[in-house]
Amino acid sequence: MTQFKIEVNGQTHELDVSPEMPLLWVLRDKLKLKGTKYGCGISQCGACTVHVDGVAVRSCVLPIAAVTSAVTTIEGLADGGDLHPLQSAWIEHDVPQCGYCQSGQIMSAAALLSNTPQPSDEDIDAAMAGNYCRCGTYIRIRKAVHTAASYYDASAPSAIGDKG
Amino acid sequence: MNEVKLSRRKLFKASALAGGGFLLQMALPISVLAAEKDTLVRSKALNVYVQIDADGQITIYSAHPEMGQGIMTSLPMIVAEEMGANWEDVKVLQAPVDTAQFGFQGAGGSTSIPRNYQAMREMGASAREMLIAAAALLMEVDTQDLEARNSEVVHASGNRRTFGQLAALAAQQEMPDPEMLSFKDPRAYTIIGTSVGGVDNLVIATGQSQFGIDVDLPGMKYATYSRCPRLGGKAVAFNEVEIKKLPGVTDAFILQPDARAGKASMSFIQGMASLRGGVAIIGNDTWSVIDAKNKLKVQWDETASSDDSWSGMVQQAQALARSDHGEVKRDDDQLEAAMSDPSHLALESFYEFPFVAHVCMEPMNCTAHFIKGRGGEPDSMELWMGSQFPAQAKEIASNMLGIAPENVKVNLKRLGGGFGRRAIHDFAAEAMAIAYRVDGPVKLTWTRTDDIHHDFFRVGGFENMRAAIDANGKLAAWDQHYIGFAHDQKPVIGSGFRGNELPMTVLERARVRQSMIALDTPCGAWRAPGANTNAFVEQSFIHELAVLAQRDHVEFLIELMGARRWTAEGNVNALNTGRAIDVIKMAAEKAAWGKPMPSGSAQGFAFYFCHAAHIAQVAEVSVDGSGNYHVDKVVVAVDVGPIINRSGALSQVEGSIIDGLSTMAGQQITMEKGVIEQDNFHQYPVTRIAQTPKIEVHFIESDHPSTGLGEPALPPLAPAVTNAIFAATGDRIRSMPLSAQGYQLV
Repeated sequence: MTQFKIEVNGQTHELDVSPEMPLLWVLRDKLKLKGTKYGCGISQCGACTVHVDGVAVRSCVLPIAAVTSAVTTIEGLADGGDLHPLQSAWIEHDVPQCGYCQSGQIMSAAALLSNTPQPSDEDIDAAMAGNYCRCGTYIRIRKAVHTAASYYDASAPSAIGDKG
Repeated sequence: MNEVKLSRRKLFKASALAGGGFLLQMALPISVLAAEKDTLVRSKALNVYVQIDADGQITIYSAHPEMGQGIMTSLPMIVAEEMGANWEDVKVLQAPVDTAQFGFQGAGGSTSIPRNYQAMREMGASAREMLIAAAALLMEVDTQDLEARNSEVVHASGNRRTFGQLAALAAQQEMPDPEMLSFKDPRAYTIIGTSVGGVDNLVIATGQSQFGIDVDLPGMKYATYSRCPRLGGKAVAFNEVEIKKLPGVTDAFILQPDARAGKASMSFIQGMASLRGGVAIIGNDTWSVIDAKNKLKVQWDETASSDDSWSGMVQQAQALARSDHGEVKRDDDQLEAAMSDPSHLALESFYEFPFVAHVCMEPMNCTAHFIKGRGGEPDSMELWMGSQFPAQAKEIASNMLGIAPENVKVNLKRLGGGFGRRAIHDFAAEAMAIAYRVDGPVKLTWTRTDDIHHDFFRVGGFENMRAAIDANGKLAAWDQHYIGFAHDQKPVIGSGFRGNELPMTVLERARVRQSMIALDTPCGAWRAPGANTNAFVEQSFIHELAVLAQRDHVEFLIELMGARRWTAEGNVNALNTGRAIDVIKMAAEKAAWGKPMPSGSAQGFAFYFCHAAHIAQVAEVSVDGSGNYHVDKVVVAVDVGPIINRSGALSQVEGSIIDGLSTMAGQQITMEKGVIEQDNFHQYPVTRIAQTPKIEVHFIESDHPSTGLGEPALPPLAPAVTNAIFAATGDRIRSMPLSAQGYQLV
């Protein structure tokens, strides 16, 4: 066991855990942040996606010892009482079915929009390629990302991409 | 259906709540659809609660599991509609698992809408009548001049009272006789038929915990369980000293197999949740017990293990296809004469489809807390989990551990996917058996590899097809030999014929038989059992025949349907050829069937009828010279009667198509000497966003009762795509997944 100090959603936590423990399980079992999900443990499905220093990473394969920058999870995405534009768009487009993968989907999309505020369908497909949705909500995910992008740029003529 | 002896009136209870609220509790026996005799489960009674608080908040309880099919939104919509409620005033809560109060609680077979529709209407209408009676007293007017709308009761004069103002008095009104209730004219609907977002969308989008795997209790331990990789084996010994020394591990022990866990009153899962022998590891967090599981060395007793091998099954099936073997289900005169008539064109094709896994995004898990009864108190168990039939867990506790069902509390959580997997509660049996030996609550989490290796798979199978076309280009004979799998000589779920498959239901001359190969590998219900494979075979072969006859596929299909008729009047599970023709024509028209396509691209057509739904699909597919294909667009025509939640219905169709695409494109479970050969998603791919087609859905809202959409849009997808690939390339694909046939989905 080793002492670690990590910053998650603006709060600093001190932990005494195995250095090999993936960030996913630190978040879920030690910090009780259950929005980040376990799906495969081998970075294939994206359900565990969080931001480390603003970059989308798969927390299921990232040992706590390798986390040296601030972490943001789905619980920290909203700005106080204001939902992130993606969260509003997700509700507007009624994206979720079972809902299990959606935290990871939203975190991948948030990293995309922070670098590419007006993404094309191809940008979205590339950024979201690591996120499985077993229920098949991809069409609505694409629409919701475009809608959220339109919140950033209200002058955009059309928020909806041509892939429908 | 068993007769419900109690009068319906006696089952109604209403009571005033502290704070001036109104609680309406109803236990309504509902008639089971006559056609449902063969479906998974039967219901005898159903209860729901409507609660109105003095501030106008309307709470509607949802009694059934929510797994992404949207039932927690669509059923309360029906209640709110009949009440005259504003949807904005409605809050939906998951009801407790209590079949004594709520009757059957479960989700499967796309039956939740048809099973509950009428009861939901009755409940809403009953609440409305009590609110109106209360308003008549307060306003001193006749009930005939009152109407409920927008969460108010309004008098013809314009006077009005809100539901909140009426709640306390309404609770004191006599419950109306359900036989005397009247229902809203559908033309006046303001909620049913609109698009309503899922009631949990905010909770999901903000990552608030709600799934079984998210459960966290004071003092809770974490567990993994390791079962024999060669299915059916049991643990004899393991490196106990080493495992118990690992950091974060508090205990480890062997569990013996226990068949008592498999006893079930629901016949379709009888014997299936039997406890497998294995090694449990208990610890302080999930990672510690997963890490320890990876370091586990177990000596397994494989004397009762499975010898199943996929390669051996293929050889057996090919030999059976060439034989006269098989249980004959139908054998019409003159079939062989028609097959060998020199003026006829004959065709024979062999089709194959693999075993597949469910891979719910939320791996199986269950949290259990066993409390040993002391001082004469009985033992008790509390459970937290996602489940399609949560009351089953009570039976397991009773049969395996002798805990009386009334001392088992099940906390039903939202399901991170079901697809039929969470109909079987082997994971709950494991959690309970572990909790029995652990002080305090314990959460069992399956790894993804556990989830794939120890699934109850969609059964694989084979079909040998023969048919003849007469001189007029009409289908003259059909000979279908299904080669499937049986446990103890009983076909597993989804293997063999259900009896309502096309085209045998509309053909005069057919021979249909099935042969069963003995199987150990566990199989279970998987989204549209039977239909999801039969549609591929039958709709592909019909296309082969249309090509042989040099006929247009759509015209050939419509001719096959014959006259417009309901093949069994009043039975929603019987094909209605009129509804079939309508969806076929609509899909063809909306997709501009037959339009010129660019080189390398083509359209493919398929129709299927299952789960009371008539659905036709046109797939537009582009294929390059290397076998890379993209499904550009799928046009869908659906008849499931009037749509309740338009957004939810669209979601189900879109999701079914994408799920069908995953299964067709790259999913296959193989086994060698009883060991499943796929470990995780790198060997079992799910469709990704870039591979997703455009999907255009058209609902024919025919004047038939609304039925479910959780499954029936999946089966036609695979044949629509492979028929399109044939049209584009001339290559006929008769085996799934396509990745094993040289075709890669891009």
